[in-house]
Amino acid sequence: MRDMIKKLGQRTVNFFIYIGGIFHLLISTLFQLVVPPLRRKEIFTQMYKVGVLSFPIVFLVAFFTGMVLALQSAYQLTKMNAQIYISSLVALSMVRELGPVLTALVIAGRVGASITAELGTMKVTEQIDALETLAVNPVKYLVVPRFIALCVMLPILTVYADFLGIIGGYLIGVYKLLIGHTIYIKMTFDPLLFKDLFTGLLKSFVFAIIICIISCYEGFRTEGGAEGVGRATTLSVVTSFIMIIMADCLFTALFYFVFP
Amino acid sequence: MIEIINLSKSFGDSKVLDNLNLTINSDEAMVIIGRSGCGKSVLLKHIIGLLRPDSGQVLMDGNDIAKMDYKNLDELRLRFGMLFQGAALFDSMTVGENVGFALREHTDMKEDLLREKVAEALGMVGLKGIEDLTPAELSGGMRKRVGLARAICNNPKIILYDEPTTGVDPVMADAVNELIIDLNHKLKVTSIVVTHDMVSAYKIATRIAMLYKGRIIAVGTPEEIKNSQDPVVRQFITGASKGPITENGG
Repeated sequence: MRDMIKKLGQRTVNFFIYIGGIFHLLISTLFQLVVPPLRRKEIFTQMYKVGVLSFPIVFLVAFFTGMVLALQSAYQLTKMNAQIYISSLVALSMVRELGPVLTALVIAGRVGASITAELGTMKVTEQIDALETLAVNPVKYLVVPRFIALCVMLPILTVYADFLGIIGGYLIGVYKLLIGHTIYIKMTFDPLLFKDLFTGLLKSFVFAIIICIISCYEGFRTEGGAEGVGRATTLSVVTSFIMIIMADCLFTALFYFVFP
Repeated sequence: MIEIINLSKSFGDSKVLDNLNLTINSDEAMVIIGRSGCGKSVLLKHIIGLLRPDSGQVLMDGNDIAKMDYKNLDELRLRFGMLFQGAALFDSMTVGENVGFALREHTDMKEDLLREKVAEALGMVGLKGIEDLTPAELSGGMRKRVGLARAICNNPKIILYDEPTTGVDPVMADAVNELIIDLNHKLKVTSIVVTHDMVSAYKIATRIAMLYKGRIIAVGTPEEIKNSQDPVVRQFITGASKGPITENGG
């Protein structure tokens, strides 16, 4: 019993140390963000790695999700003779929810994992210590360019995913379910409001911060060689996934009341 | 001058440094010996401010390194050069970019002059003309020497060496030793070397300190250490398996 309480206590302490570490890194990053100089070349390199190289996988995920969404909704809506609403359902689901969340999950898996693996390897091979001995702040040098790249590119990828999801739904709606082209387009854009796009993009911006800070934090605290890098990478992806879903739930509830 | 006063550091339940005291004079080559995992690298990381002590002080010309703010600490670090055990070269950069990193980050030096400085540093470690190679293309010994070139490129006053001869063949180890001695003479720097390689220690050192169970148990010239009657020191320098140092005894 005593051991159990001790373990529970230790885990609670570790949890708060983890949360503290995450917030400390976030605040350091925000501080370093306003300290000149900004490394433009490195920021563009990261934008390319984070964004441009992610376009194909986001394309596949969003496009097929749009198609699946149209088919699944058709399964019920045709029974009620309400196929016409498939387009609205696909558009609203993609823009408000699936676009931001699916893109964030894909990027957490593809980019977050690679950030943790890269920084973790640098940590275990003492490259991060080397940076410090050369009087270069690792947060400024390593985290800030990734932070800016993710915060810019994730919303762009989200808009791209929204668009592709709608295209996927359109192909199913028009060519398989034989809904008219004009009516499909009209029913896609009529119910879409600016607030739908805005809340989706705001969410994706928050997800970008989550992915960057968690993956960098896990990279920085990696220990124990190749095995440690593997463990940190897994932990980074799993934690990012959980945090993205939790943040999504929180923001959806918040927007429900703030922008009813 | 670097003074280490009552320095203690623990990781979890393990006390790595325990009220350690040591003074390192300017321009000397101090070699710190001790078993693997006894805390030599931890001591080195305290000297350059990568780790903060649980208690005690590391004084650099009278200033406590642990109490410095980041700006002062960075200024201080530019007076140091450090060669890491695995060289710690930046994988994403070429050799030239690695060596010129500090100059590029902290000076407005023109690219031509910077290239000259990089070539000069690489020349000093006997590796001219490899600026465009990547760290992955280098052998272990070359990596160490490039690490050393990076450490000396911005003219440091103190160079820290973490196991400079570990992982390289005996011929290369001797070449690294010669290089360290050569740099001490040419650059007039203070060298602090941690190693468990006694051949290297005798060759490089003006003084040797032995770290055992978190404390410095002996300090002296290589001759004094060779003739030490301390059973721990004797066992370590002769490499005997039997004696007061046990397998888990640090």
